[in-house]
Amino acid sequence: MDFLSNLISGLSLGSIYALIALGYTMVYGIAKMLNFAHGDIIMVGAFTIIVSISTCGLPVWVALILSVVMCTVLGVVTERVAYKPLRKSEPLTVLITAIGVSYLLQNLALLIFGSSQKSFPSIFDISSVHIGDLSMSGESVVTLAVTIIIMIALSLFINKTRAGKAMRAVSEDKEAAELMGISVNKTISLTFAIGSALAAVAGVFYGATYGFIGPYTGSMPGIKAFVAAVFGGIGSIPGAMIGGLLLGVLESLSKAYISTELSDAIVFASLIVVLLVKPTGLLGKVIKEKV
Amino acid sequence: MGLNEIKAKKNDLITYGIVIILFAIVAVMVATGMATRHMQSILVPVCINIILAVSLNLVVGFLGELSLGHAGFMSVGAYAGCLFAIYTADILPAAVRFPLAMIIGGVVAAVFGVLIGIPVLRLSGDYLAIVTLAAGEIIRSVIINLGFTGGAAGLKGTPQDSNFIIGFVVVLITMFVIMNFVNSKHGRAIKAMRDNKIAAESCGVNLNSYKLLAFVMGAFFAGVAGVLYGHNYSILTADVFDYNRSIEILVIVVLGGIGSIRGSIISAIIITILPEALRGFADYRMLIYAIALIVMMLLNSSEKGREILSKLNFRSLGSLLKNRGAKKEVQGNDE
Repeated sequence: MDFLSNLISGLSLGSIYALIALGYTMVYGIAKMLNFAHGDIIMVGAFTIIVSISTCGLPVWVALILSVVMCTVLGVVTERVAYKPLRKSEPLTVLITAIGVSYLLQNLALLIFGSSQKSFPSIFDISSVHIGDLSMSGESVVTLAVTIIIMIALSLFINKTRAGKAMRAVSEDKEAAELMGISVNKTISLTFAIGSALAAVAGVFYGATYGFIGPYTGSMPGIKAFVAAVFGGIGSIPGAMIGGLLLGVLESLSKAYISTELSDAIVFASLIVVLLVKPTGLLGKVIKEKV
Repeated sequence: MGLNEIKAKKNDLITYGIVIILFAIVAVMVATGMATRHMQSILVPVCINIILAVSLNLVVGFLGELSLGHAGFMSVGAYAGCLFAIYTADILPAAVRFPLAMIIGGVVAAVFGVLIGIPVLRLSGDYLAIVTLAAGEIIRSVIINLGFTGGAAGLKGTPQDSNFIIGFVVVLITMFVIMNFVNSKHGRAIKAMRDNKIAAESCGVNLNSYKLLAFVMGAFFAGVAGVLYGHNYSILTADVFDYNRSIEILVIVVLGGIGSIRGSIISAIIITILPEALRGFADYRMLIYAIALIVMMLLNSSEKGREILSKLNFRSLGSLLKNRGAKKEVQGNDE
């Protein structure tokens, strides 16, 4: 039973990673850039919840909407201001800019909220669920359920709608997509918007699970989610889901059975192993280098 | 000797000149008592940051790959060198022990560089950046969990042998080695690889071994800087070597100009002194770094921005990136 409850907490953690990894993988697939600041969007989303519930006393559903809107706008604005002018630049330039944006968000939060961790309001008033001897916390049940719903909706969106088709086309070949009348700029903005909205949702679940949020809260889950995206094959949406869940389970089990302090090291080591054995990840496509 | 080589030599001599003149000014200030205690206390950190920035510039500027694990190599070197110094504190005199500790720290960091580099350098770009970051974090959490490193509480008892003169000598050695390396046949191979991988490979440049060479060299000097760091403070904890530290070094390199050794040196000096000199600045320090990073990159990516930069006399950076952007000849532009 111990094993099962560890597995479930791993799956719940993994679904948070999966939500963040989706943002990474979609942006990477379309803009071919590693959005280093994506992790910090989670932190912004969580802080929006804290401010609107604890400080302004707004109802939970308003706070949730505010948080998603805030992150979406932030994602689109950073893309417009910082990444769009660099679309033809070298990857090194874009990566350094993304690190700059990440640093900017962290330090703005540091100036506004201070370095101490703020407690996250309890927004899911759900008692834990018992099945036989097994008990699951309300948060993990909600996290798992919402993640599954979001993933199904996202798959439908990508595969069935016109906008989703445009996104797939842009990620395949930007120039050809443009010739077909697809607005590349709008599609990239849309991708950032969706990715950031998912990050906001992840931020809510992260805050609800851990209870505390600080200016640097987003960076570690952000990096781990990138690991998850690589794990599943960067650019692949089902890959990000599977990668996130696997990584969450791996982290939870190594915390339970190996060592709490070493769990991060194990997660990162798994990234190195995956990249060596199968550099394209579990579901990634092989891209041939052209001269 | 070709024209480019003469130009490179001249450039190097100017850089040496700047560093030696700065050293002389500081030495006079210390000798005449003009430098306060507080000013003296940041002299060694300045040297450490110069070594770190120059060695990271070798990887970022000349190899063209982003390594975010520089602080990891620094910590490996620091722990190796400091443990050696602690165990030999009673046996060896400081004059022998400290240089030996630095060499050991550097070599151990270089060994880690090889161990991490062989698998990691098969990747490039974003993947390489994130994997070096992961490697740095692995090193940090392993150090915290090992018994003989003092764990989370830190390593105490390292003899405090660091001083400004030694720091300066190590800076000179680092400059000498890296600047000569960059202008050598191997350095040209690495720059060729940065500018066009496929063309370099078809000219017979062995990509993997040259990548590894530059990476390991960067790791070696990061380790030496770590030993210097460890000998400057009474306690050594692994937490100071997290990836924020790596990014701080990257900020120094980027602000000084990617691919410019002289720029790295000047920017390391400014960035170390500025927060100490302006107390009120400390709160906004990281925020300003972040904005500076973004603005630098945005300016460099547009024609107009590059003009502004070259007017501001960030010549090295502007011209280097311009040439890289336009895929022109790069030779002779790197200092």
